[in-house]
Amino acid sequence: MRYLLRRGGFFLLTLWAALTLNFFIPRFMPGSPLDALRIRTKDKLSTEALAQMLTAFGFKPNENIFVQYWDYLGHMLTGQWGISIGGTLGQPVSEIVMHALPWTLGLVGVTTVIAFLLGSLIGVLAGWRRGGKLDSVLPPIFVITSALPYFWVGLLLILVFSVWTNGWLPSDFNYDTSLQPSFSWEFIGSVLQHAVLPAATILITSIGGWILTMRNNMITTLAEDYVRMGRAKGLSGWRVMTTYAGRNAFLPNLSGFAMSLGFVISGSILVEYVFNYPGLGYLLYNSVVGTDYPVMQVLFMLFTVAVLFALIACDVAIAWLDPRARTEG
Amino acid sequence: MTALLVSNAAAENDDGPRRRGGLWTSFRHSRKAMIGLVIFAVFTVAALFPGWFTSVDDPNALQFAPALPPSWDHLLGTTALGQDIWAQLVYGTRESLIIAVVAGLFATVLSALVGISAAYLGGIGDEVLSMITRIFLVIPTFPLIIIFATYAGKGTLLVVLIVLVVTGWSYGANQLRAQTLSLRNRDFLESARVRGERRSYIIVAEVLPTMISLLVANFLGAALYSVLTAAGLQFLGLGNPNSISWGTMLYWSQNQQALQTGMPLWSIAPGLCVALLGTSFALMNYAFDEISNPALRPVRRRRARRADTAGH
Repeated sequence: MRYLLRRGGFFLLTLWAALTLNFFIPRFMPGSPLDALRIRTKDKLSTEALAQMLTAFGFKPNENIFVQYWDYLGHMLTGQWGISIGGTLGQPVSEIVMHALPWTLGLVGVTTVIAFLLGSLIGVLAGWRRGGKLDSVLPPIFVITSALPYFWVGLLLILVFSVWTNGWLPSDFNYDTSLQPSFSWEFIGSVLQHAVLPAATILITSIGGWILTMRNNMITTLAEDYVRMGRAKGLSGWRVMTTYAGRNAFLPNLSGFAMSLGFVISGSILVEYVFNYPGLGYLLYNSVVGTDYPVMQVLFMLFTVAVLFALIACDVAIAWLDPRARTEG
Repeated sequence: MTALLVSNAAAENDDGPRRRGGLWTSFRHSRKAMIGLVIFAVFTVAALFPGWFTSVDDPNALQFAPALPPSWDHLLGTTALGQDIWAQLVYGTRESLIIAVVAGLFATVLSALVGISAAYLGGIGDEVLSMITRIFLVIPTFPLIIIFATYAGKGTLLVVLIVLVVTGWSYGANQLRAQTLSLRNRDFLESARVRGERRSYIIVAEVLPTMISLLVANFLGAALYSVLTAAGLQFLGLGNPNSISWGTMLYWSQNQQALQTGMPLWSIAPGLCVALLGTSFALMNYAFDEISNPALRPVRRRRARRADTAGH
């Protein structure tokens, strides 16, 4: 119970810290973005609309800063995210975000989970056959791939599979724009085809880290007495590998997964940018270029929330896999 | 919970501290480490003496015919704007390397400060510091950096450095805290306390030296993070577009559609340099992991099956 409270407190605190950064960064930076915003929107919006927008943005010049802050927190949490002031001037932020969200979840979310599970599996095998073929070839390779810049791998793939092969695989957007979104095979095929290169980029650059940490955990775990016990009992190698060693070695990897999701998100922003893939990362880039502050702050909040959700999911998974985590309460 | 996170490096280098002279020897005998070191050395020479590698003095000047293919005069051709790609690459080394080393160094110092004092203070101080550490670990830093750099008015070098340090220290702090905690009740520290040494003395003279390999590993990790993040930031156009660095080259090549207009070298070459520098840090880091944790060392002889059950 105490553990749950601590974890819950941690999540709330992190969310609060992210929101607070969001609130204070624009206010304490040189060259007040607020003025820029006023100038930008002077002739495009009526004074009323401007006032409404500023309110949604959290700026009420006549109010005490703490009152502003309190209102801002309330607006963020209840989804009153204001309206865009960038290229999509006047559109509600929530609408823009909801438009981009499924694409990122589909591409980045699915690919990341696949990379993690596949990487862990390969890591188990590599660590199990210590000194075998897999174990001597893989580590150096994956040390290198995990140091590659995401966007550069994307550029290479575009060069090889799109430019040199005359557009064999598409290098930008999420589907062929001549198609109407529908549940037809043609459309789904087009979506999948457009996802191949960006997904491959994320997979190539992120899988190495999981393989390496899983292999190292596996090696440490294999030295444990309970593994020797399993062997002594004459259990099959497969059984010892999966339920004795693998399951225990997987635990630290799982919490590592939750912790490094921030990095994955970072890389994905660049991948979406390289491939003009209209997800949240690309949206963030566009909002930065168009100095669209309301969109920026909502996106940052959402990224934080996404990581926190992943943390919770991993906590649950760990509690399910590890009886010790359940009883330690 | 936190103990689980520091899977390899922190927990098991119990045998490391005693043989400080051995650190360099083991480093020298690791092929991965040496490859990493050589790459790093080559880049360092290029950063210090760019004039040795190219005759072009001002790589940003638009002084050649645009979009020339590679030739003896222009090893990698010229950009769509008429600059020598090879010269830009050579001169760009300096800024990329400075970012990596300086940001890596300061991030390591900050993580040592926070991590060690958290473990040493204990109680409420530890609670607060490790809470802050974990929050910084979890918050997605790249979006934060992007937003920060936008508000700070498209980063000068200083802004980029500050942002990298502020966002890059938390992982190391977490590791160092765990390591310090595991040391706290060791005999040699107990005896220092009994001798009546001051706290600051104990931390600097007794605790820090035992963590050199971990600190180096942290530095390499932070440097790797800084190289990749800075390149990404500049690639998006959030660095100083007039500076000479690999990330800025990538920005301009993307800006001019280098891939689609038949000048792939313009964007592939600087990306390769970023990747090489990153690889050099990653290789050295991995070698340090192997040095501090003997169980991870490559198995050389055929007695592999037996060795892995024996442990260490």
